[in-house]
Amino acid sequence: MRAAFFGGIYNNHLALAAAMADARARGVDALYCLGDVGGFGPHPDRSLELLRASGMPTVQGNYDHSIGLGLEDCGCGYTDPRDNHFARISYAYTQEKTSSVHRPWLAGLPERLSVDAEGTRLVMVHGSPRQQNEFLWESTTPDPFLERLLEQAGADVLLCTHTGLHWQRRLRSGRRVVNVGALGRPANDGATHVWYALLDTRKPEPVELIPVAYDFHQLVREMREERLPEEFVETILTGWWTTCLEILPARERLRGRY
Amino acid sequence: MLTTDTPRPLAPAPTVRFRWLDTLWLQVTGTLCNIACQHCFISCGPKADQVPMMTLAACEEALAEGTRLGMREVYFTGGEPFLHPEIQALVDRALALAPLTIITNGLLLDDARVEWLAERFRTARYSLDLRVSLDGMTAAQNDPVRGRGTFERVVSCLRRLGAAGLSPVVTVVEHETGLEGNAARQAFLEFVRGLGIRQPRVKFLPLLRLGREVRRTHGYEPEEAWGAHALAASVESSLLCASSRIVTAQGVFTCPILIEKPDARLGDSVGQATRDISLKWDACRTCVLDGLRCNT
Ligand code: SF4
Ligand code: SF4
Repeated sequence: MRAAFFGGIYNNHLALAAAMADARARGVDALYCLGDVGGFGPHPDRSLELLRASGMPTVQGNYDHSIGLGLEDCGCGYTDPRDNHFARISYAYTQEKTSSVHRPWLAGLPERLSVDAEGTRLVMVHGSPRQQNEFLWESTTPDPFLERLLEQAGADVLLCTHTGLHWQRRLRSGRRVVNVGALGRPANDGATHVWYALLDTRKPEPVELIPVAYDFHQLVREMREERLPEEFVETILTGWWTTCLEILPARERLRGRY
Repeated sequence: MLTTDTPRPLAPAPTVRFRWLDTLWLQVTGTLCNIACQHCFISCGPKADQVPMMTLAACEEALAEGTRLGMREVYFTGGEPFLHPEIQALVDRALALAPLTIITNGLLLDDARVEWLAERFRTARYSLDLRVSLDGMTAAQNDPVRGRGTFERVVSCLRRLGAAGLSPVVTVVEHETGLEGNAARQAFLEFVRGLGIRQPRVKFLPLLRLGREVRRTHGYEPEEAWGAHALAASVESSLLCASSRIVTAQGVFTCPILIEKPDARLGDSVGQATRDISLKWDACRTCVLDGLRCNT
């Protein structure tokens, strides 16, 4: 089986379209989305329409849950006032611009998808199998903890997103954890491309993390037309995160500019 | 009618369900500290020996048990963890298993120590983080609670850490008015940035009216106990006692706040301590109402 996994779309419909085309060109049998369709970028409905038209199975992210039910906030739980300020702006924008026809779909998304890929059990979640908004960062997620988590979830391969930063690890038991990263914004590494994960069960190293280029200049034009904060635009243009930094562990944070 | 010396709430306090072990705290140096802050909620100090140091073997045992239980992270606290004669071995043992945060007053972080920490930060398997306490942006604001001269010494420690490329979380106890709110946070962030820390992080902590703080101001009034009030599920699950335990040389306790309360001792080992507890202590109100969460 060959499949592509997309995380954190954050309204970046241009990156989503580019990643879908890239994965199809690589001959995948299936596409999956791991949630957080909204936030940060412009025109929420465009990503939602792309996703729904493709019929791609989608896991619910915390953002999808909040937007779907019309809740007051995104459930990100920032304490830093600056982070909160920007989180509120992108949530209010997405809330206002998401058409009501998509809300029941968002609210009804499953929290977990399981697929049997030729004897390998894939479990897809947004944050972690036990909590939709749990962050699995590379530098703060210990192996023994992951072994337990995957065992409890009955997973040979766990696929997640939520942090916005991609990584993968093979555990001593042979199980694998893949944070597929995000399509919505670059990975805080000074580059403009975004990332997704490609699984090919026939390969000895079955998971590849793939960078995709997309028309980010067009995204920036749309973000400015929609009067989204220049801080968000800067991230798209430079590849450095400018907001929501407090959630980053020390090591991941020090790799970035801010 | 039954009468007791201390008034008790009429109905039992609500239960906090133990969810899982996210954070394992180790009180590595017990109550031993190189200073004696006026607001220290566990009365630590240079002569405070009510809780002894943990041995390396005891720490290793606790870490192994935490690993078996699937812990996500480890915190070292005290007292002052850098007073432990085997602190480097302790740090290495913990970092081989899980990410580690050390809570420190910063006063013992000389050039050699900072260099060693920076090296561990870069090369360890998991993330190493520091929390350095500073309770004001001036000596006049900090020194009355933390001791004369501590402001200057902590500021030089922060500069050293910044120069080594590290970014500690500066923790600020809201010990006087003017230290709470967004404006204070923003000002503090800029202050820390000004010390050469490229990516400043600050964490404001509400005052706990326990330990030495009781003498500085006052303790909790009996009617302040959380009592029988129900707890929102979202609050319950975010409390420290829902997902962490602290190991000390005198047993395992509900949380780092209550290590001087004999009835908060849950057992000899972490395995015995992973059970539900009831919110019966007066300090619990600070956690619930002021949103005290020890984790970042
Ligand atoms: S508050 Fe911290 S630094 Fe101050 S006496 Fe207590 S343990 Fe030591
Ligand atoms: S003091 Fe706070 S962390 Fe400790 S038991 Fe009470 S509510 Fe829980």
